Amino acid sequence: MNRFKVEVRELGKDFQARQQILTALEGVNLALSENEFVSLIGTSGCGKSTLLSVLAGLQEPTRGTILLDGAPVEGPGRDRGLVFQSYTLFPWLTAQANVEFALRGNDMAKRERGRVARDHLRLVGLEKFASAYPSELSGGMKQRVAIARALSYRPEVLLMDEPFGALDALTRKVMQELLTSIWEQHRITVLFVSHDVEEAVFVSERVLVMTNRPGKIKEEIEIGLPRPRSHDMLSTPEFAELYGRVLESIRGESLESAGFAANA
Amino acid sequence: MLRIGGSIETHWFLGIAVAVFAALLGLWYLATGIALVQPLFLPSPSTVVDTLIDQAKSGQLWSDAKVSIFRIMVGFAVASAMAIPIGVLIGTYRFWEAAIEPLVDFIRYMPVVAFVPLTILWSGTGDMQKFLIIWIGTFFQQVLLIMDNTKRVPLDFVDFGRTLGMKDQSILARIIVPSAAPGIWDSMRISLGWAWTWLVLAELVAATSGLGYRITTAQRFFETDLIIGYILVLGALGLFFDQTMKFLSRRFFKYEEAGR
Repeated sequence: MNRFKVEVRELGKDFQARQQILTALEGVNLALSENEFVSLIGTSGCGKSTLLSVLAGLQEPTRGTILLDGAPVEGPGRDRGLVFQSYTLFPWLTAQANVEFALRGNDMAKRERGRVARDHLRLVGLEKFASAYPSELSGGMKQRVAIARALSYRPEVLLMDEPFGALDALTRKVMQELLTSIWEQHRITVLFVSHDVEEAVFVSERVLVMTNRPGKIKEEIEIGLPRPRSHDMLSTPEFAELYGRVLESIRGESLESAGFAANA
Repeated sequence: MLRIGGSIETHWFLGIAVAVFAALLGLWYLATGIALVQPLFLPSPSTVVDTLIDQAKSGQLWSDAKVSIFRIMVGFAVASAMAIPIGVLIGTYRFWEAAIEPLVDFIRYMPVVAFVPLTILWSGTGDMQKFLIIWIGTFFQQVLLIMDNTKRVPLDFVDFGRTLGMKDQSILARIIVPSAAPGIWDSMRISLGWAWTWLVLAELVAATSGLGYRITTAQRFFETDLIIGYILVLGALGLFFDQTMKFLSRRFFKYEEAGR
């Protein structure tokens, strides 16, 4: 009866700052279909990370509802996996143990946990680094383990908060291709926050552009690019056209947030 | 070597460090050798070494050191055993921070020295009074250091635990404590150094045994060589314990430097 995996209705989030109330999100409506890859893009400070954090249940919404498979969600839970922008692997655990840590909540024998963790490290191409500590891994490898960790316990929805934001441009590209190919093989519902237009267009089925504070969805753009995708596509006219549309949509917001008139 | 952010090779570093020690020792030899100062005020290095050897041979040095080390171990262990849970608790929960942190902060500024007469009144001049002084001198500092170590656990680690559906108790035990552990260990190492100061202070004021006690009796008999010898021993003991803690830290928290 409910055709959406995730539905957000009239979501609002206020913050109390001194004597003032700051509205970070207002009237946010969005819906993700099952196994859809959707990006949320906006200028820095537009509230996209706040929105993701509210969806993950780490912050309470002030207004509105979040539905997962039609049922309202409150608080965090294993049905939603979050990949952080910062490195959140535990330094005292090996890559393998970091993934197994997430699996403890699943009803699973220890042997089984080991096997599932290994499978997921293989999925991100790090099976050889299973016994490495995070201090021995590069930034890109750490985020790959973090992705493996988030996928391993099979959340219904994967929430990604600029997971490649801290990586250098080249590593970023590699990670985008890796994420794309994983998604193409093992479909899962993903909400991916980014401020990089090219990245958002490349990885997504649909891009949602957010307005500045208070953040809400300004426009949604269907990305009809064929799958499987590779970075060769970046030079095609289809890609350029979509890139241009998203950029144009976000440009007004950037100008405004930088202090220029919106229609400059 | 003399540039901000410059580098230095290990043999240079060691060489310079040894040279400074040697220069000071040479100066000491020179000052006593040409009788610039009277031996009563500053005996020659060889006299100090001879005295220490005598003390070691007679067993006096060892029995004095044993008493002091025992006192520091007990006082420090009790202080740490109390400070770690309390520090972690107030670094994690704002309620406990409000309840405990201002009080600890207040007591921390009370000079430990001023507690010496009080502790003697309470518990005499035996071991218990030494434990008390070491405890007062380290516990309150440790609590605040450990609170800081705990607060430095990245909030995203805690949030990640939440997204896994972990309960607060299990986040505390399985994420916060292991994450703060290297910092806590380092705080312990630093506070162990202070514990030595408080121990010797307590032994100087009122004691019938221990390294500090030996120094006060030496003063009565103008045994400057013994005083200086024991001060050097105290320095060496402190350094030894510090290095041991550092060594253990590298063993326990190997993962921190695995990639470096």
